Amino acid sequence: MLHCSIGKGQVRIAIVDESELRAAVVEDGLREAGFSDIIRVRAQGAFVAEVEKLNPDVVIFDLGSPSRDTLEEMLNVSRALARPIAMFVDQSDDSMIGAAIEAGVSAYIVDGLRKERVRPILDLAIRRFNAFSRLQKELSEAKSALADRKIVDRAKVMLMNSRGITEAEAYALLRTAAMRQSKRIAEVADALVTASALLEGKSE
Amino acid sequence: MTPISISFLPLTDCAVIAVAHEKGFAEEQGICLDLIRDVSWATIRDRLIYGQAQAAHLLSPLAVAVSLGLTQHRARIAAPFKLSVNGNAIAFSRSFADAIGGDPIQRVLNPAATVQRIKEVLPHLPRRPVLGIVHRFSCHALALRYWLGYAGIDPDSDVDLRVIPPPLLAGALASGEIDGFTAGEPWNSTAVDNGHAEIVATGSRIWESGPEKVLAMREDWAEANPDVVDRLLVALDRAAAWADQPANHAELAGILARPAYIGRPAELILRAFNGRLIVSPDGVEMDEGNFLLLHRHAANFPWRSQALWIYSQLVRWGYLTHSDEAETSASAVFRSDIYRRALAVGTTPLPGASSKVEGSLPIEFPVASQRGRLTLAPDRFFDGRVFDPTDIGEYLAGFQPKPLLI
Repeated sequence: MLHCSIGKGQVRIAIVDESELRAAVVEDGLREAGFSDIIRVRAQGAFVAEVEKLNPDVVIFDLGSPSRDTLEEMLNVSRALARPIAMFVDQSDDSMIGAAIEAGVSAYIVDGLRKERVRPILDLAIRRFNAFSRLQKELSEAKSALADRKIVDRAKVMLMNSRGITEAEAYALLRTAAMRQSKRIAEVADALVTASALLEGKSE
Repeated sequence: MTPISISFLPLTDCAVIAVAHEKGFAEEQGICLDLIRDVSWATIRDRLIYGQAQAAHLLSPLAVAVSLGLTQHRARIAAPFKLSVNGNAIAFSRSFADAIGGDPIQRVLNPAATVQRIKEVLPHLPRRPVLGIVHRFSCHALALRYWLGYAGIDPDSDVDLRVIPPPLLAGALASGEIDGFTAGEPWNSTAVDNGHAEIVATGSRIWESGPEKVLAMREDWAEANPDVVDRLLVALDRAAAWADQPANHAELAGILARPAYIGRPAELILRAFNGRLIVSPDGVEMDEGNFLLLHRHAANFPWRSQALWIYSQLVRWGYLTHSDEAETSASAVFRSDIYRRALAVGTTPLPGASSKVEGSLPIEFPVASQRGRLTLAPDRFFDGRVFDPTDIGEYLAGFQPKPLLI
């Protein structure tokens, strides 16, 4: 089959993902690895017809999308693809498939594409999916750290104003209260700010 | 505590699994459940096959199809426990329902007349109806095909069957992408409440006792862990008994309404449990006593004859050719032997047989049981056909099987 002998630039890869950002991250990685025929498709509306028309050799698909059953049905009945499609790389490759499921990615490969040619594509997709979820986690942690700092600052100012103490003393008060109640400092600060707003009749 | 992960789809019939976890029945058996909410059957299947989950809430025909190698990967599946009987409906857009006409309740009560009527109006519709199904290997799809087939409507050429995930069905109907669909709850009621759909048929009126979801495991895992499997089944049996009590339905609907499960209003979810369906946006309500069974009438017992009925339909629609080997393989997916072993001690009545003639009980019927009193639910097919699992060849001959698809 023609596809087995051509260079990797000629492998046509479709990335179907509801997250445009993640799709871009995966595409970047594939381009860096020397693949050039890459198309991104949003998993929305009539995307299956679009994938069918593009006739890709590999489809990288987000496991978080409910449309996976729709895509598989298309692959089952499609006459355009003409060749049978095998899920993942090889049915014997259980550990890689496990890693893919954990990362939240699946791949469909046109039968006839050699294993050693597909493996790096899936490997890369798994790494990028994992990196993406790590980034998202860090981002949400950073966001909540920022929110924590803001609320602690507000509580400190309130304490400094109402009790005429220094910033260090205000912080020490919050910390002691947090330790006594086995709470985080931000939680104590939040309670203080909320309580004060209620007492003053302001709504948050 | 033995950790077990079970993947499930947000559907009303994940109830028994949710209850086993939320009401402490699993913990009682020394099992710590980790429930994984998935969004596609393909992912549930993959998790199960590749060991990312030990068990799954699975469409019963998909369990048979995976074992027969009809999907992407072949793997032997063991289904020792049915999670639900019935629970599906067929909903049409308002204009399609109008084209059929008739009284909304009578339409549901008389599936034969309704589908004959569809056959009559088919040539006059603006297009070949597009009908959404959730998966080709689902009881919904098989029941829809069975129903259409009765009137001589070819589900592969006279209508356009399209696979669409359950949460997107109501939207697809509202946008006019599809003209109707068949799904489990609460997705039919959701579309009715949105004002875009009418329920024109229920699964329980097409086949009164249709196996719906099963608890599926990898056969090799089930064989290697009999003690864990038995404890899990005891937990699920108690959870199912709790969930099928009308007094508990409101609490159950409340549990499932949480985002961790279905994430839809409790009132909507409740309809399937108490069988009070609102079938049209005008508020027409009807009572469907056996719309969904979670435990009563041996609902959880995996009758091998039901796996074989599924097999017969897969052959009928051309997914595979009939062979003794495939028949044996399909029958072995429903593990009534494991069910008996796990529930040997306890109070749930155990049927004396593992296989029965399907479609022959017009009324609730007392049957031989190894313990306790067992009454089976009516199990007729709407067309009066009877399925004898010992003579599938003759049963199939009555349908004129389609040529093989693959």
